Amino acid sequence: MISKLLDRPQRVALPILLLLVGGLCGLPARADAQTNIPVTIHNHRFTPSEIHVPANKPVTLTITNKDATAEEFDSSALKVEKVIAGRTHGTVHLRPLNPGRYPFMGEYHSATAKGVVISE
Amino acid sequence: MLATLLIVFREVIEAGLIVGIVLAASKGVPGRGRWVGYGVAGGVAGACLVAGFAGQLAALFQGSGQEFFNASILILAVVMLTWHNVWMASHGRAMAQQMRAMGAEIAAGQRPLIALSVVVGVAVLREGSEVVLFLYGIATAGGLSGAAMLTGGALGLAGGVGVTAAMYFGLLTIPASRLFAATSGLITLLAAGLAAQAIDFVQQAGDAEVLTAPVWNTSWLLSDSSLVGRLLHTLIGYTDRPSGAQLVVYAATIVVIVALMRLFGGRRPVAAAPAAAD
Repeated sequence: MISKLLDRPQRVALPILLLLVGGLCGLPARADAQTNIPVTIHNHRFTPSEIHVPANKPVTLTITNKDATAEEFDSSALKVEKVIAGRTHGTVHLRPLNPGRYPFMGEYHSATAKGVVISE
Repeated sequence: MLATLLIVFREVIEAGLIVGIVLAASKGVPGRGRWVGYGVAGGVAGACLVAGFAGQLAALFQGSGQEFFNASILILAVVMLTWHNVWMASHGRAMAQQMRAMGAEIAAGQRPLIALSVVVGVAVLREGSEVVLFLYGIATAGGLSGAAMLTGGALGLAGGVGVTAAMYFGLLTIPASRLFAATSGLITLLAAGLAAQAIDFVQQAGDAEVLTAPVWNTSWLLSDSSLVGRLLHTLIGYTDRPSGAQLVVYAATIVVIVALMRLFGGRRPVAAAPAAAD
């Protein structure tokens, strides 16, 4: 039975896709009672470029991209990789952070788009 | 031009490493070039779509559409890689016997190439959409002439394809008798790394917030942003600050794949005759 399934890719692929999609639709809504900090991207720079957050608490950043071009908010320290299309905004969830400095950058314009999250 | 070259090069090698492994794993299978080609073409088309609708995609699921999309396609790739490995384990013995009898080409003929095709497509889609967004940004900003952008992009692409070829031919230096074992091992680690990235995207969306704290920090030794760090990130899922959840998912993926391979690999060569009633 299972060897037959293994031999017939199309019969397996479709249910898997449906499961994935179904799983996504069934996700519970989140309670959004967290601290939210607005951040703006303009001329490929972050404002504020120093973001102060309370330590050990989840925080969300609402990043508004005022440029016409997309930017990728990228930080291996924060474990975040998020594309924000031109003239849109995106939400970045920061996990509870130990006190410290967590640098981030805009990957598409890393010469100017730099910043740091300071958890304290 | 240099920025274009670097970004394109970086993204192409990330997809290219995966394509190189897939090509080595499917060596000698008739029609694999076509299926890998479908994967690349589908990936490129998907990348353009994803880049074109980046704003709409991001707006889904309370602003976490992008994270869930990334997590979903990564999980899809993990499932396909697992399937490939399990298939190889269950048919490997029969194939080895047939190979001696009639040569590798015919023996390996029935492998589920669609699985590897999907994996290639996912790899190209993920890295490709970043390239498209980046290049589109440069093109509309007008800071760079079209010629400079094209040159940078082409050089980056050529460099990335070069690394893919190096990966492929490097793997082919492994003797044929051990190539399957080697590629199965690589694919297992690749799948575990992708699964760990998937849980990271789910957590990035603010869901499943358990074990989010980094367990260790080896960024002083090998940073995620360095070239070697990125390559290892793609290949085996290296990350300099793994969260507890990532480590659990990584280990669990390896355990599940190895267990499934053992389970189905224990069968007798009857598997070579699909006509036999189960």
